[in-house]
Amino acid sequence: MDSETKTEVVKDDTGESVMEITDLKKSFGSNTVLKDVSLSLKRGETVVILGRSGTGKSVILKCIIGLIPPDSGKITAFGKEYLDLPESEENKVRIKIGFLFQGGALYDSMTVRQNLEFPIVRQPHYKKEDLTAKVEEMLENVGLTKAIDKMPSELSGGMQKRISLARTLMLDPKIILYDEPTTGLDPVTSNEISHLILEMQKKLKVTSLIVTHDMACAKLVANRIVVLKDGGFTAEGTYEELEHSDDEFVRGFFEFE
Amino acid sequence: MDKAVDSTEKKEKEKESIATILPASTQEFFLKISGLTLFGWRYLKHIFKPPYEIAETFRQFYEIGFKSFSLVAITGFIIGLTLTMQSIPTLQKFGASSLVPSMVALAVILEIGPVITALIFAGKIGSGIGAELGSMKVTEQIDAMEVSGCNPFKFLVVTRVTAATLMLPLLVVLADALALLGGFVAINISDSSTLQLFLRNSFNNITMADVIPAMAKTFIFGFSIGVVGCYEGYNANRGTASVGVAANTAVVISSLLVILIDMLMVQLTSLIF
Repeated sequence: MDSETKTEVVKDDTGESVMEITDLKKSFGSNTVLKDVSLSLKRGETVVILGRSGTGKSVILKCIIGLIPPDSGKITAFGKEYLDLPESEENKVRIKIGFLFQGGALYDSMTVRQNLEFPIVRQPHYKKEDLTAKVEEMLENVGLTKAIDKMPSELSGGMQKRISLARTLMLDPKIILYDEPTTGLDPVTSNEISHLILEMQKKLKVTSLIVTHDMACAKLVANRIVVLKDGGFTAEGTYEELEHSDDEFVRGFFEFE
Repeated sequence: MDKAVDSTEKKEKEKESIATILPASTQEFFLKISGLTLFGWRYLKHIFKPPYEIAETFRQFYEIGFKSFSLVAITGFIIGLTLTMQSIPTLQKFGASSLVPSMVALAVILEIGPVITALIFAGKIGSGIGAELGSMKVTEQIDAMEVSGCNPFKFLVVTRVTAATLMLPLLVVLADALALLGGFVAINISDSSTLQLFLRNSFNNITMADVIPAMAKTFIFGFSIGVVGCYEGYNANRGTASVGVAANTAVVISSLLVILIDMLMVQLTSLIF
């Protein structure tokens, strides 16, 4: 069932690259985290980044979205090297890239409705009359329409992740970056979130880059997996290919059952 | 060519040695001063640039201003009452008890009202802003605003600093009024006076040259408290302990700044008026 679903996603892949990361380098003081990271994301595909804790997986995502400036290297999205553009131009590209934070990062002084409205009302030319319908549609996508007037503190961890995903989807991103989307959740909720990621990918045809340690999630959603080690990608392939890799380090990630 | 490289290396080494001569605490002090100055400058650059966060600014007026009314009012009243009660016996000794209202009004309007209110404001609002923005930083809410194409500086900092700058002067007016009321009550405990007479005596020796500088400095106090609170919160580290550090540092620095600015403003006022 899972492999059938993923095949459908691969069928949507036109082969067109939507994001290119070339020779990305990042150090924090004397600690070199990323030495030479290069990756290409094709339209509609889901790529999972695996790696041990503290190896810089989240740093890659934060460099892509511009929260951490890389020391060197090139990141292009939709053919534009956006991180060097003026702020307004950079934002035009950046809003096409959604980011799901590890902790959800919902604004705790706002209701769910205000959280979802927040990014969109600050965009030029948004249509006020479509706003409520859009909020309701996104909440329906994540199955939480009843939570619309609740505060984030009234929601469980899994619900917060869903709302956070709904907020990310409000700007119709073409690429979504997920930073450990199932961390801290029980296995049932983790599975729900993984299915939700897959469902959104099928429905909205977004390209996804996921950092996770959750191999069940990786198995379910990944079209391609890359393994980060010593500041660079050491292996790349499908779940099945890497599961039977000759490299003991790579195989170690799959020996969880 | 080699000589040029050598001289560049030499200059860099000299720079390094100058930096390392200073103790770490001194370096940190200067870094903090420059950071705060740049942060304040960034606010001034953003305030007139659209888009404007009007609704959030009004919400901050309510949070920062209105919610401090009761604390400032009670403190103002008690200070006026205590100051007057302590002044009466001393002035009576010199046969100058008729000067009590005037002395209380001068002390309250020129110094005690603005400074005490600003210190209370630094404790309540400075720490509140520091802790709120610090926890938003720790939980990646500020990052979430940034990645959604919004400007978190405009939404979080510009609104709060504006509210602090405009609300503190209003709170000082309230504190001054309540302190004078406290003074009136204190006089009526030991003696009797009408409110009309008390107010006339109070404002006899006060001119606009006293009131304008006293009010002008409250805008600067408010601005400083807002900038310091936001700076500490906005630049908090990622750990949960940094939220407490941000709140604490915000109160310490902004309280110190209030005293320093007060001293400078008094000097400046005496030069101008």
